[in-house]
Amino acid sequence: MENQALGQVPSEHLPVHFPSPIQVANCYQCGKCTAGCPVAMHMDVAPNQVVRLAQLGEWEKALRSRAIWECVGCQTCSTRCPKEVDCAGVMDALREASLARGMAAPERFSVVAFQKIFLENIRRNGRLNELELIGHFKLDVVLHTGRIPFLFKDAGLAPQLGKRKKLHLIPGKARDRGVVNRIFERCASERKP
Amino acid sequence: MNIGYYPGCALHGSSNDYEQSLRACLGALDVQLDEMKDWICCGATAAHSLNHKLSLALPARNLAVAERDGFKQLFAPCPLCSMQLLKAKKAAGDERVRKELSEIVEADLRGESEVLNLIQMFEKIGVARLKSAVKAPPKSITAACYYGCLLTRPPDVVHFDDFEQPTSMETIVAALGAKTVEWNYKTECCGAGMTMSNEDIVLELAHKILSNAAEHGANCLVVACPMCHVNLDMKQAAVERRFGKKLGMVVYYLSDLVGLALGLSAEQLSINRHFVTQA
Repeated sequence: MENQALGQVPSEHLPVHFPSPIQVANCYQCGKCTAGCPVAMHMDVAPNQVVRLAQLGEWEKALRSRAIWECVGCQTCSTRCPKEVDCAGVMDALREASLARGMAAPERFSVVAFQKIFLENIRRNGRLNELELIGHFKLDVVLHTGRIPFLFKDAGLAPQLGKRKKLHLIPGKARDRGVVNRIFERCASERKP
Repeated sequence: MNIGYYPGCALHGSSNDYEQSLRACLGALDVQLDEMKDWICCGATAAHSLNHKLSLALPARNLAVAERDGFKQLFAPCPLCSMQLLKAKKAAGDERVRKELSEIVEADLRGESEVLNLIQMFEKIGVARLKSAVKAPPKSITAACYYGCLLTRPPDVVHFDDFEQPTSMETIVAALGAKTVEWNYKTECCGAGMTMSNEDIVLELAHKILSNAAEHGANCLVVACPMCHVNLDMKQAAVERRFGKKLGMVVYYLSDLVGLALGLSAEQLSINRHFVTQA
């Protein structure tokens, strides 16, 4: 039971974080994080409730929530917290743990896929190849959802970008891509299930 | 003045208009950008969302390489890149973490180089100097200065301006002879990291920002971030379609406005390559 193993993590700590765990014990549920969050209205669990779940060690609910994938990482919550709880860091740590345990909310497949494909892209190229990213992402979403029209969504932007010389068919790559790959290997998530 | 330059992926990709604007504008102020050769992606939203260690290691590699190559100052015009670099710099303050990161990135991370965003770049040049270099004050401009999320946040990492009510951009715009407005969404996030993967949220946020600027009497937005620009300029037509209203809000990079005031043309600054152009 992976969830039981998770539940044994002391409640003031979150499962994955480098270099030190994030403290959530200080949160007294004032809700200021949620009040300032630009996307809280789209979340199934509000930011203050996500922190509460982490306090209680209710990892299953936290890691399966849609909320952690709606978060745009704008840092407003952490900046305004009167108890210096790094709520945005909690979101990051939960996303990482959720992905490592295969618990990412299926409704937010496209967000998860985009982030994964982005990282694979820079691992290969050292620098982002935008066209490859877009192509790979669209294909992944279509294969997963069967929504073929998604392939052509925003396709009208391509000629407009071309006209503005914003499309790069042969983008620059980093010279030393070996080191990029080694950095990725050394940073591979340590706590896979 | 020569200054170390970390362009980041966006400026070498679809935000190359921003790079052209910077080079033209800063060139006119005798600042040459010396691009570090071996830069890699900072990891952006994807790394900090999925792998925290990686999100420190990638910028740590860049900072360490910049330090190895002798750059005492590193100008990172994308606020996400500069925040990431500053995060690595802050992490280097802990000797244990500094050593571990240095091993991971195969270069000695010292965390000593200064990292500058675009506003800080202009502050370094000096507001008085900008003022005296103005040839064509952009008097028709009434700007809403938009900082977005990462220029001022997290404050314990970026240590820049007031994180709720920043005014550094207004100071520069006013020095050029343009007007600025007070408005509500200076530091509200536009959601740019989700432009492709969660468009509904992004259109809603962009709509709020653009409409609020208009309601407060602005005739343009000024940004210092390539992602904000994509979201507010390129996606503006999609926002207009979704919310059924015409916005027509021109979005300038801060370097565009400075450049115009210095007498450079819209073509030199790549303003003609934006999506929304002057009505």
